[in-house]
Amino acid sequence: MRSSSFIKTFMRYRQLFILSLPGVLLLFVFSYMPLYGILLPFKDYKIDLGFWDSPWVGFDNFKYLFSQDAWRITRNTVLYNVAFIVVLLIVAVAFALMLNEMRRSSVKFYQTVLFLPYFLSFTVVSYIFLAMFDMEHGLVNTILEWFGKDAVLWYNDAKYWPPLLVLTYVWKNAGYYTIIYFTGLLGINEEYYEAARVDGASRWQLIKSISLPLLKPLIILMVLMQVGKIFVGNFDMFYQIPRDSSLLYATTDVIDTYVYRSLKSLGDIGMASAAGVYQSIVGLVLVLIVNGLIRKFDSENSVF
Amino acid sequence: MSSSVINRGFPVFKIISHIILLGFSLICILPLILVVSVSLSSEESIMKQGYSLNPEKIDFTAYKFIFADPGQLLTSYGVTIFVCIVGTIFSIIITTMLAYVMSRKDYPYAQKTSLYVFLTMLVSGGLVPWYIIISRVLHMSDTIWVLIAPYLVMPMFVLIMKGFMSDIAPAIIESGKLDGASEYRVFFSIVVPITLPGIVTVSLFILLMYWNDYYLSLMFIQNSEYVSLQFLLWRIMSNADYLRNSVAASMGLLQGVAMPDQSARMAICVLAAGPMMFIFPFANKYFVKGITVGSVKG
Repeated sequence: MRSSSFIKTFMRYRQLFILSLPGVLLLFVFSYMPLYGILLPFKDYKIDLGFWDSPWVGFDNFKYLFSQDAWRITRNTVLYNVAFIVVLLIVAVAFALMLNEMRRSSVKFYQTVLFLPYFLSFTVVSYIFLAMFDMEHGLVNTILEWFGKDAVLWYNDAKYWPPLLVLTYVWKNAGYYTIIYFTGLLGINEEYYEAARVDGASRWQLIKSISLPLLKPLIILMVLMQVGKIFVGNFDMFYQIPRDSSLLYATTDVIDTYVYRSLKSLGDIGMASAAGVYQSIVGLVLVLIVNGLIRKFDSENSVF
Repeated sequence: MSSSVINRGFPVFKIISHIILLGFSLICILPLILVVSVSLSSEESIMKQGYSLNPEKIDFTAYKFIFADPGQLLTSYGVTIFVCIVGTIFSIIITTMLAYVMSRKDYPYAQKTSLYVFLTMLVSGGLVPWYIIISRVLHMSDTIWVLIAPYLVMPMFVLIMKGFMSDIAPAIIESGKLDGASEYRVFFSIVVPITLPGIVTVSLFILLMYWNDYYLSLMFIQNSEYVSLQFLLWRIMSNADYLRNSVAASMGLLQGVAMPDQSARMAICVLAAGPMMFIFPFANKYFVKGITVGSVKG
């Protein structure tokens, strides 16, 4: 009998099952139970009625979302992530190539310093950012005035924010990605360089024909993993650095901040859940595509 | 090392590299020094010369104000330390047990368990139902546990942990079982000791996550008894009055001195972020290890 053999196997391995149980249960409560929420935007959710008794409203919440802010938050989320991926890739690969030429002690020094911002919370980063860009007292405006330029009203105008936020993100994460690519470079066999040097190759030729090609699989993997998350805005950053200022929403509002605000400030559960489900579904499609691509390039690293 | 091989005879590239990296290093460090420097500036000097890396004179008024009545700061330290210790301990135990079970090739449900964990990274119901479950179904709002429980199992950390587990030879586990040890004994007295470097690494990531988290507080905490350090900082940043209220009692203690808003804000930031800034760089090598295991094997 199938069922009795199932019970037999289960009893044989029950201790392992019990070891996994706390994790399995926690994931069930905090990740699987909220999945019912995929139906939430199709309801006119009333707290006092609860989920099941609230009336169905079809696609109304989505229609409203797409007639309002969907374009703005989608554009911001995707464009920022594209900028982060491109700039971080260039910066981190360049830094890794530079570190690869240095002595161990220099490498250690730079690695520690570049990694420092990674440990800071975005809350603390928002203080640092304020110290630099405060409109009255900030260091950047002081320096601008030294050079006889006018102070810039950073927090009053949305147009300044795209470069500032890209800069902040790269500042915080450059160390992380540099370490990844540097480790990749360390894995390259010495003999390739030795052989090329014997043939009289220049440094640029070494980088162009050995380092970069051999780093390519890692680069593709890292970029694809980031592309899979292109629909997720970093809430901590986009909420705290612009200090949730409505003046700046045009260029700082991403899907995650929008969902949060709809839920907590406006109490608009329909809108918030519609935006959340829109994000989950497009995000899932992206991850599936990306995983397909990873499998094509490098089957060992595909997740499933 | 490759450096020694390709170093010879190309000093120009090396000098340029050092200039660029030193420049970026300065950009990493100077803003941190600026925050400390502002916290040590007097209000007049800020009015006169703005936030400066080189204040006219060192002035401790801001710190005196905060230390005159550190009530909320101490409470917040207590909340954060409690969450970090309890959260990290429970989280690493649960994460390690789960990752171990997933890594046991002879366990018939290992694949299914892995899939169960991976799926949570792919599909989510979004923020709203998650919020409703925690606040309305579990009734965890405004408790200390809401700052811990939702982050106990992070699939990413389970994956990194599983990466560390893959080095364990099945023969070691077999031999333990032949001696008649239960799975629990095998896990705690064989598996845990040999994966200790991995456990330390993942614990540090978990610790960093709990230390830096303000999102759970933002979502679920109203009561100032449970305001963590990061959340205290955010409240002060988003509402200037909150700083004054937090150190309100000290107004009476330091009479005749106006509250130095500008420097006090930065001083709170230094006091809240400072300690960890000294601890984490020392653990650098563990983080580097975790990042490489996570990116290559995850």
